[in-house]
Amino acid sequence: MATNPHWLTWLGVVVVAAPFLLTVVLGAASMVGRRPGEEATVRWVQISVMAGFFAAILVLIGMLATGSRHVAIPLGDWVAIPRHYRFSVKFVFDRLSVPMAILSFALSGTIGAFASKYLHRESGFHRFFMLYSIFLLGMVVASLAGTIETLFAGWELVGLSSALLVAFFQDRPGPARNGLWVWVVYRVSDAALLLAAVALHHLRGEGDFDRLMGSDSWPGGHASLLPQQALVVGLLLLVAAAGKSALVPFSGWLPRAMEGPTPSSAIFYGALSVHLGAFLLLRASPILDASFALAATVVVLGLFTAGLAYLIGSVQTDIKSALAYASLAQVAIIVAEIGLGFRYLALVHLLGHACLRTLQFLRAPTLLHDYHTLENAIGEHLPETSVPWSRPAARRASGWIYRLALEQGYLDAILLQYVVRPFVGALRWCDRLERRWTDWLSGGASRESDRVRLHFGTLEEFS
Amino acid sequence: MNILQLAWLDYALLIALAGSLWVSQQRDPMRAYGWGLAFTATTAVCAFLAWLGFYLGSPTEAGTSLQDRLLGRSVFVLDELNAPLVPCLALIHFLTALATSRLKMRRFSFTWSLAAETIRLAMFSCKDPWILIGLMAASTIPPYIELASRGRPTRVYLLHMGLFVALLVLGQAAAGRGSVAGGATLAAVLLSLAVLVRCGTVPAHCWITDWFEHATFGIAILFLAPLSGVYAAARLVLPIAPAGVLHAIAVATLTTAVYSAGMAVVAREVRRFYAHLFVSLTSLVLLGLELDTLLALTGALCLWFSVTLSLAGFGLTLRAVEARFGRLSLAGFHGLYDHSPVLAACFLLTGLATVGFPGTLGFISTEMLVDGAIEIHPAIGVAVVAATALNGIAVVRAYLHLFTGARHVSTVELGIGSRERVAVLSLVVLILGGGFLPQPGVTTRERAASELLEARARIFNLGPRGHHALPPVPRPARAVADPSKGEAP
Repeated sequence: MATNPHWLTWLGVVVVAAPFLLTVVLGAASMVGRRPGEEATVRWVQISVMAGFFAAILVLIGMLATGSRHVAIPLGDWVAIPRHYRFSVKFVFDRLSVPMAILSFALSGTIGAFASKYLHRESGFHRFFMLYSIFLLGMVVASLAGTIETLFAGWELVGLSSALLVAFFQDRPGPARNGLWVWVVYRVSDAALLLAAVALHHLRGEGDFDRLMGSDSWPGGHASLLPQQALVVGLLLLVAAAGKSALVPFSGWLPRAMEGPTPSSAIFYGALSVHLGAFLLLRASPILDASFALAATVVVLGLFTAGLAYLIGSVQTDIKSALAYASLAQVAIIVAEIGLGFRYLALVHLLGHACLRTLQFLRAPTLLHDYHTLENAIGEHLPETSVPWSRPAARRASGWIYRLALEQGYLDAILLQYVVRPFVGALRWCDRLERRWTDWLSGGASRESDRVRLHFGTLEEFS
Repeated sequence: MNILQLAWLDYALLIALAGSLWVSQQRDPMRAYGWGLAFTATTAVCAFLAWLGFYLGSPTEAGTSLQDRLLGRSVFVLDELNAPLVPCLALIHFLTALATSRLKMRRFSFTWSLAAETIRLAMFSCKDPWILIGLMAASTIPPYIELASRGRPTRVYLLHMGLFVALLVLGQAAAGRGSVAGGATLAAVLLSLAVLVRCGTVPAHCWITDWFEHATFGIAILFLAPLSGVYAAARLVLPIAPAGVLHAIAVATLTTAVYSAGMAVVAREVRRFYAHLFVSLTSLVLLGLELDTLLALTGALCLWFSVTLSLAGFGLTLRAVEARFGRLSLAGFHGLYDHSPVLAACFLLTGLATVGFPGTLGFISTEMLVDGAIEIHPAIGVAVVAATALNGIAVVRAYLHLFTGARHVSTVELGIGSRERVAVLSLVVLILGGGFLPQPGVTTRERAASELLEARARIFNLGPRGHHALPPVPRPARAVADPSKGEAP
C-alpha cells in the first residue's frame, strides 16, 4: 500500500482529535465542577466542529488531488500480546467513511448552532453539549474506524450519549423510562456487535477491515470468509444494525426517543444515529456478498420494516413521531438497497435522507407557522394526504391495519409480554427464594432494605 | 543503596499495624480520623514504593528487611501477580478513609480498618498456603466485629465464613497429604468450594447480599472490592486443580455471572444492586482464571485490577450518595442530579467502568476475556457478553433511578465534598488513564498469567502454554485467501 503524505496523515488525525479534545475539555470541566458558561461552551463546540469539518474536507481534497481512494492511518497496536492478541487502532478514509465523517461534522455543527439558541438558559445546557460531544466523537470514530474493535468503541459512545439524551428532560420519569428502554435495546445491539467482532477475531485472527475485506477500497473487496462463517458473523452484524437503526423487532424505541429535546431528536434519530446501522452494513458489505442467505435476510428485514414504518407513521398524531417513522421507512429502504447490492445508491440515499430529515426535525417546532405561511402563499388549504385504509381496495382490511399501525406493530407489546415480563418475573421469583433462604438462616427478617422508603427525608420537598 | 531497595512492603505492613494500635488509643473521633488518615496515607506511599521497586528491578537490600530479622525468612513478598494489587489495596483504604464524611466518622472504626488493612496487605503479599489460609481466616474477623458491635444479624455471615475457613483448612490439609494424581483432586475440590463460597458463587451468594444489607458501606467496599477470593483461587486452586475441577468452577461462575447480572437489573434497592453487581463481576474474573488459557487468564487478571478500582470508585460514589440521602430505593426516581452533577457523573463513569465501557480500564480487559472465552467455546463467550450487557443495563438503570425524576429541593448543600471529590476523582483518573494507555498494565498481567500457567504446567507436566481446562472447540476453517485480490492469508 502506498505511503500517505505526512500532511494527509496529520489532517486525518485532526479529524479524530478535534471531537476527542472537545469531549476531554467539557468532561474535565464537569468532573472538577467548573463548568464553562454557555458562550465558552459554544465557542469550544464551534472550534472543534469547524476544525474537524475542514480537516475532513481537506482530506477529501487531498485524496482527490493525489488520486488516492484509500488513506489508512494506523495508530499502532493499542494492546498486543504477541502471538495471542492484538487490538489495533486504525482509521480509514475512503469513499464510505469520508462522506460519513463530513456529514457527521456538518450536521452536528448545524445542530450545535441551533441548540445553542434553542437550549439557551436551559438548566441542562452544559449537559446537552457534554453528551453532544460524546456523540460526535462516537460518530466520527465509528465512521472512520479501520478495525471492527475501533468501530465498536465509537458505537458504544453513540449508544450511551443517545440514551442519556432521550432522558434529557429528567424532571419527569417518562423520559428516564424511555431512555432506559433505548439503552436496553442498544445494549442488545452492542452485545451483537461485540460478538461479531470477537467472532471475526476468532475466525480471521484480527478485526482489521482491510484484511477482512481485501485491499480493494470500498465498495470493492471480498470477504475472506466461508459462506457459513459469513452468515453467522453477518447475522450478528444485522442484529447490531437492527438495534441501532430501529429495524424490526426493535422499532419500538424510536417514538420513545422523541422525548429528548428537538436538537437531539434531529441529530440522532433523524440524521446520524439511526443511520449508523445502515453504515455498519455498508462497511461490512463484502460479508453480505459472501452469503446469499444473509443478503436475502437483509433485504427482507429492510422491506418489512419499511412497510411497517410507513403504516405506523401514517397514524401518528404528532409531528416528531411522524417524522421518526418516516425516517425509519427510509432507513429500512436503505438497508434493503444494501442487501440488494446497490452500495453507492444506498450511500447517496443515506446522505440525502440525513440532510433532509435534519431540516424537517429542526423545523418541526414551527410546523404550524410554516403551514400557515405556505397556505397564505398559495391562497388555499394544503391538500390532505390519503392513508392506505382510505382507498377502496384496502377498506376490508382497514380495521386490522389501522389497529396494527396504532399499536406500532405490537412490537413493544410482544417484547414486553414475551421477553421482559418473563425475565423480570423469573428473577423476582428467585429474589423471593433468596429472601426465604436468608430469613431462614438468620432466624428472622433479614432484609433491612425492606424498610427503605421510596422517598427519603421528612423535611425535604419535591418540586 | 537505592531508596527503592528499602523494604517498603515491610514498612507498609508495620505502619498499618502500628496505626491500628495508635488510633485505638484515641478517644476523640476527629483525632482518630486525622491519625487514621495519616497512617493509611503513609501505608499507601510505602506500598507504592514497594511496587515501584519491584518493577524497576530494585531488590530489597539485605539487612533492611524486617521480616528476615523477625521471622527469619521473607513471608510477604511481591511477585508478578500481587505487585499491582498491593498498592491498589492500600490506595483504596486511603481513599475510603479520606472520603469518610463527618457524619460517618463515629461509626467508621479506623482502628479496625487499619487492622483489616494490615491483614489484607499481608494476605495479598503472601504465597505460603498455610499462612495465606490463616490470614484469609483472620480477614473475616473485623467485618464480623463490625456487624456484631452495631447489633446487626451475624448468623448468615458466620455460617458462610465458617464454611469457607473450614473448607480452606480441609482442602489444604488434603493437598499436603495427597499426590497430584490422587488426593490432590479432593484437595482441589475442597479448596475450590471454599473459593466459590468466598466469592459468592450461586447458591452461596446470599451471604454477600445479606452482608451488604447490614454492614456499613465503607467496610463493605474495603472487604469486598479487592476480590480476596480470587486471590485465594490464583494461589491455592489454580496451581493444583485438575482440568475437570476448573471446568466445574467455570460452569458455576458463568452461571453466577449471568444470574447476578440479571438480579442487579431487577434490584429494588441500591445496596442489593451493588452486591449483585459485585458478585457478577467477581464471577467473571474467576471464570477467566479458570479458563486457563493465556489470553483468558490475562484478561481475567486485567479485569481483576479494573474491577477492584472501578468497584471501589463506584462504591465510594454510592457511599457519598447514601451519606446524604440514606438508603435509597430503586423503585422510584429520586431526582438527585441537580444537587451534585459531579456525583452523578462519577457514578456513571465508575459504574460504566465496572462493565468495561470504551475509554475505561475495563474495556480492553472485557474484550480479552470475551476473546479468550470464545477461544474455549462460543457459548461461554456469548454468556460473558450477556452478563456484561446486563450489568451495563443495571448500572444505567440505577443512574436513572437515582439522578433523574422530580427535582429534589433541599435547604442544605448536598453537593459532593472536597475530600470525596479527591477520592473519587483519583480513582477516575486511574480508570481513564489505564483505559487510554492499557499496554503497560496488560504486559504485567500477561507476565503474571504466564507465571501461573507455567507453575501449573510444571505440576501437570504440560507444555508451558498449552493446557486447557475445557477442550477448545476446533478452530473453524479459514477461507482460502486470494492473493490476487490482496487478501491476507
